[in-house]
Amino acid sequence: MIDRSHIGKEIAPHTAEVEAGRLRLFAKAIGETRPEYVDEVAAHAAGHPALPAPPTFALCLDLELPDPFKWITDMGVDIARVLHGGERFRYFAPIYAGDRVTVRSRVADILQKKSSGKAFVIKETEITNQHGVKVAEMRATIVVLES
Amino acid sequence: MPLEEYPMSLAFDSINVGDALPSLALPPITRTMLALFAGASGDHNPIHIDIDFARRAGLPDVLAHGMLSMAWLGRLLTNWAPQRDLREFGVRFTTVTQVGERITCTGRVAKKVLRDGERLVQIEVKATNDAGEVKVAGDALIALR
Repeated sequence: MIDRSHIGKEIAPHTAEVEAGRLRLFAKAIGETRPEYVDEVAAHAAGHPALPAPPTFALCLDLELPDPFKWITDMGVDIARVLHGGERFRYFAPIYAGDRVTVRSRVADILQKKSSGKAFVIKETEITNQHGVKVAEMRATIVVLES
Repeated sequence: MPLEEYPMSLAFDSINVGDALPSLALPPITRTMLALFAGASGDHNPIHIDIDFARRAGLPDVLAHGMLSMAWLGRLLTNWAPQRDLREFGVRFTTVTQVGERITCTGRVAKKVLRDGERLVQIEVKATNDAGEVKVAGDALIALR
């Protein structure tokens, strides 16, 4: 049983660099073939100042920590009992190679579903870039198998 | 490298509810893909890459990252419209995906909406295996001119 007193808890913010090589590796890992995601010349031709981060890369910036799951294991949750239930992104501005972003998260909600033996932890995250512009918001649903 | 163009027909008035996006068929999931995605995404949860850990957790094998399928759905969207026009993208991970499964991503226009002075289309997306089982389902909002 996860203590509902964790609701509202702020996770210490962190900063992360958006590296071009990392974006190329991510593109390779997801089989991305559009040239603007891997080639600077193509990115410029498509109107981007640098390689753009693909839509789901914002979450990778949230994971850019020595132990990205500490926030939930600190609540007494066993990482082997956790599933990713859902993820939602809202986009406000592009994220580019060379950006330095700040990631701020909080535990937005904890729902216990005793009948199914599951708990749902909702984590909300906001990413701002080095110009202070909010680039993305994320809402993650983490399923914890309790029985 | 030549830059792939987006279709000229991608104007709000020429898009109809029910229109299908060109689907994206992926190769069968391999352990190499999961290892690469773990490194590239920063999700090093051993449940995706370490079969010994997965077995200790009571599973027969590692599980594919849900975010890998979501990234493929993202490719479905950015193959159709430029990413700068993507406003929202959300999914539910409905069933776990195993090594060896072959995922196909599909999308269709579910709704045309006006919001904050922008003309948007809501796209329903899903990632299914060869048996038609839905692994990931969700929607995206894309601004059109």
